[in-house]
Amino acid sequence: MNWTVVQRILGLLLMMFSLTMLPPIAFSIYYDDHSWLPFVEGFGLTLVSGILIWLPVHRSRKDLRLRDGFLVVAAFWTVLGAFGAAPLYFADGLSLSITDAVFESISGLTTTGATILTGLDHLPVSILYYRQQLQWLGGMGIIVLAVAVLPMLGVGGMQLYRAEAPGPVKDTKLTPRITQTAKALWYVYLAFTIACMVSYRLAGMGWFDALCHAFSTVAIGGFSTHDASMAYFDSGIVDCVAIVFMFVAGINFSLHFFAWRYVSVKHYLQDPEFRAYAFMLLSLSAVVVFSLYHYRGLNNPDQTLINGVFQAVSIATTTGFTTENFALWPGALPVLLIFASFIGGSAGSTAGGIKVIRWLLIYKQGAREVVRLIHPNAEIPVKLGNSVIPPRVVDAVWGFFSVYIVVFGVMLLVMMSTGLDQVTAFSAVAATLNNLGPGLGDVTSGFMSLSDTAKWVSVVGMLLGRLEIFTLLVLITPTFWRH
Amino acid sequence: MKILILGAGQVGSSAAYHLSREEANEVTVVDMRPDVLRELQDRLDIRTVVGHAAYPDVLERAGAGDADIVVALTNSDETNMVACQIAYTNFRTPTKIARIRSAEYMNAHQLFTQDAIPIDVRISPEQLVCSHIEQLILYPGSSQVLDFAEGRVRLVGAKADRDGLLVGQRIATLKDHIPNTEGRIAAIYRDGKAMLPKGDTVIQEGDEVFFIADRKDIRVFMSEMRRLEDPVRRVVIAGGGNIGVRLALALEQTNQVKLIERDPVRARLISEKLNKAIVLVGDAADEELLLEENIDNIDVFCGLTNSEEANILSSMLAKRLGAHKVMALINRASYVDLVESSTIDIAISPQQVTNGSLLAHVRRGDVVKVHSLRRGAAEAMEAIAHGDKDSSKVVGRKIEDIELPKGTAIVAVVRGDQVIIAHHDTVIESEDHVILFMTDRRKIEHLESLFQVGVSFV
Repeated sequence: MNWTVVQRILGLLLMMFSLTMLPPIAFSIYYDDHSWLPFVEGFGLTLVSGILIWLPVHRSRKDLRLRDGFLVVAAFWTVLGAFGAAPLYFADGLSLSITDAVFESISGLTTTGATILTGLDHLPVSILYYRQQLQWLGGMGIIVLAVAVLPMLGVGGMQLYRAEAPGPVKDTKLTPRITQTAKALWYVYLAFTIACMVSYRLAGMGWFDALCHAFSTVAIGGFSTHDASMAYFDSGIVDCVAIVFMFVAGINFSLHFFAWRYVSVKHYLQDPEFRAYAFMLLSLSAVVVFSLYHYRGLNNPDQTLINGVFQAVSIATTTGFTTENFALWPGALPVLLIFASFIGGSAGSTAGGIKVIRWLLIYKQGAREVVRLIHPNAEIPVKLGNSVIPPRVVDAVWGFFSVYIVVFGVMLLVMMSTGLDQVTAFSAVAATLNNLGPGLGDVTSGFMSLSDTAKWVSVVGMLLGRLEIFTLLVLITPTFWRH
Repeated sequence: MKILILGAGQVGSSAAYHLSREEANEVTVVDMRPDVLRELQDRLDIRTVVGHAAYPDVLERAGAGDADIVVALTNSDETNMVACQIAYTNFRTPTKIARIRSAEYMNAHQLFTQDAIPIDVRISPEQLVCSHIEQLILYPGSSQVLDFAEGRVRLVGAKADRDGLLVGQRIATLKDHIPNTEGRIAAIYRDGKAMLPKGDTVIQEGDEVFFIADRKDIRVFMSEMRRLEDPVRRVVIAGGGNIGVRLALALEQTNQVKLIERDPVRARLISEKLNKAIVLVGDAADEELLLEENIDNIDVFCGLTNSEEANILSSMLAKRLGAHKVMALINRASYVDLVESSTIDIAISPQQVTNGSLLAHVRRGDVVKVHSLRRGAAEAMEAIAHGDKDSSKVVGRKIEDIELPKGTAIVAVVRGDQVIIAHHDTVIESEDHVILFMTDRRKIEHLESLFQVGVSFV
């Protein structure tokens, strides 16, 4: 282990992160909401800590190894959650405990969108903005941002990128240099955010709400500036804008990059994962809408259609916006939607869940077994599109899948042992591990009623979900620490 | 500079390494073996594409569309030629460099024109390595011999020993030793650290000294650094591969050459090609064979087989049995560090020899030649100065007035046919070939900017 390198980069990242507490101060001053002080304190604390960590080792110039990459990413997300919580903790108006502040900050950064705050409509503007910004930074990945703006990481940038990027295949680079790949991803991300903000504004939101919701939509987060979430706007057009951008943000960003570079949509249609993703959302929306028609009748068909599609897309992409309390929907719909969040978005997107491509590979293997039973001598490679998937990747998918289930089971048991009922515990674990946000039962509108233990379990779940388990898991294995 | 490297073999990987560590380059490597590429991508900040290097769709995926340079380094000449052809026809790539190994293609100059096979630069690592060894044999005692200005000036590296006339004395006394010849000491490496010499620097035993001089004066200078060795007469080459045979062919007229090849069929083939050299069938690490061939009278033993481990071991054995000087072809930099300066006199790194010829084409400014030194840490470069006093940062200025980066020195200037050894008051003129020595490669961007002509010139 290269402690000095890890320490140096961690310090640098913290210093960089401290800068993100400056925009809320500007908002605070502009809107005169008298809550700039916690951000100044948070900024000072983070910056000074960063400098203190960085200064003793700032001359260390070694290369970052693969292992160090895991450690930096895992440590950074954990530390970041803590420092990100600082302004929330310092804010007098909120009077949050440390547990609650960290929960809120991690929920933001991991783009989960579960909240422990109520009365959002009356909170200071700067705090509302800060929560949305946390989601936005976490969406494309703050490490990816760091790789884009800190050129000195070099090859190490690739190690960091790989430890943070979601999906089973992490070697694909859009450009030869990793810093440029990271930059390209952030440009695409930024472009979508601006497009989303303008669309929201045109659909009738105020500029502030448009910006805040653009942040949490494109990041597939789910935080809102209102307790009623998207229902506050009560506008079909706003819902449609949200549907479009949630859908777009759940697509692999490298496809967006190619579409932008070659000015064609050919890449989308040729990509098997995109086709599966679109097919899944379409059929899920259809099932939800028709079930709603079945149970509710056809007295308000347009509204039901929009609400059904909105909720299906919002939950399946793991965003977590709500226009209606879907937990109260009839029949199997609430559980169906929670199940859909296990699929999640595409690899390389800002969405959570297990990712479409993994399910696709698992499905292909199942299909292969069937063919093998019929043709015992057939040679059948697992293919996506026209390319053969190496057995290593297929193995990794199975490994991920089984670990996911084990982690899920353990967390479910711990949650239930804190006194939660089964529906609440199940949906709370699904909501955190899939970075979804809202659950069923007691966690329908937020996690405020949970015990501190359950909140900490949720925090761990959110981090595990965002870093796709293994990045954190390797740290607790003895092999990782052995020299 | 966007660079597309085809082939991730030894030459390709090493080119990718050297090119990608320069900030300005974006390197993409194409190869058919995914595992090799994955390993390469772990080490280097590059992009990799799996596929056949000469297929148009693979080239397109690898970004040939906006590549500035295509470097075809696969082990097949034909693939390299076709790849360059496609890069030219489909993608209009400005610079196409290809590795051409077989002499049959290499000698067919009329083939490589824009309307036949559009390859701008052909490099043959085997030939480069072969001529490198030839130079070392021509100047016994040297560890590096680098040509500039088509061989008119040579930069020579040699280890100082106690019999050198200048050793233990200040460099300024060089003029008194050899009054009528012009030359200059470019750099001194002492205990692995570089230093640019001043007049009062004292050369010590064990220093690696790089000096530049006119071709005809090299031997005189060499005697200043170490005891002058007799010209090489008897050479043993271990390994009848491409390099071994080429070297035997080049040396057999002037030297007594013996070539050891293990494979009887191959040995037979080689013996038909060679005229005077003797081909021996056997193992180069066979003590009996070496003794029988009077290894203790051999001036130079070259381990040039495909296996670097075999080269190291057979060279060590030859040295112990009494060969005067042994050289071994070693690819791995870590091996070079292990054996050089202990038992093996000279380690020849094919990558280092090849890299220079690639680097010359990625440099900004009009760079004619680049020689990579000290495993790529240092560089010697020949660049042409253009423009006038207003548009260029070098033309019309005295050398002492040019703002060179630290660790860099202008060592010579070639003006037409005239070789001028640099003094502090030498004035650079337009179209001069300026020869520079850089002890720190990282300063290269600064140096490049010096030789670029300012906008006012256009």
